[in-house]
Amino acid sequence: MTPYLLLAAALFCVGVYGLLTQRHGIGILVSIELMVNAANINLVTFAHFRGGTAGPALALFALALTVAEVAVGLAILLLLYRQKGDVQVDDAKELRQ
Amino acid sequence: MMQVAFGLVAACLLLAALFSIGSKNLVHGVLWLGATLAMTAVLYLMLDAPFLAGIQLLLYVGGVMTLMVFGVMLTRRHADLAVLREQRRKSRGAFVAAALFGTLAGATVTTPGLDAPAAGSATTVELGRALLTEHLLAFEVVSVLLLGALIGSVVLARKRDFGATR
Repeated sequence: MTPYLLLAAALFCVGVYGLLTQRHGIGILVSIELMVNAANINLVTFAHFRGGTAGPALALFALALTVAEVAVGLAILLLLYRQKGDVQVDDAKELRQ
Repeated sequence: MMQVAFGLVAACLLLAALFSIGSKNLVHGVLWLGATLAMTAVLYLMLDAPFLAGIQLLLYVGGVMTLMVFGVMLTRRHADLAVLREQRRKSRGAFVAAALFGTLAGATVTTPGLDAPAAGSATTVELGRALLTEHLLAFEVVSVLLLGALIGSVVLARKRDFGATR
């Protein structure tokens, strides 16, 4: 089990690095995807080694939630682009125009 | 044999993840993300979860990737796909990520009882049964949430200026 967990940890840290260095909105979404993916690998790993249906069920729900998150995130970025003409998140300092 | 396969998949997964973060062009980054997610599906197959692997390919590689490529295309300015990065931010991010990995790896290696033999994954039949009995409430809540996300993203992204029409 250990190599799978180490791989997931490494993947999560790559995501953290991306999240901290990127300033482009879609780059940040990509980093979040990587981190969620790492968490899912952990769930599936524990489900495989410990048995039971709770692990894969939770992984399925996590997949559905991530898809919803990406849809809403991209809609927000599209709106940001229409208002500011750019998707660098540093430009979005105010909640209203 | 299994170890060699795992090593190959893990190396491909990490390399693709690094490229998806580090590539200068955002479109390439999103495509590398697709490669990462596809390699994760292979990993699920190795973990004896073929249903999850299929869902991963359909939802992520088919859905999220396409959505993100559309997002990149819709929000770009010409010749402005290059990813901006400051050196200061880069070194700080690398430090935080390395420290986090050290902590996680240390915790993983020192935890006892992780080397137990595999108990075997749940089959797709068992998983489907559990979804519609044990986890039925969560299942329905997720469907409401997906509907909410769908309506929410359409409301956010449609072309109407709320301030101007009132």
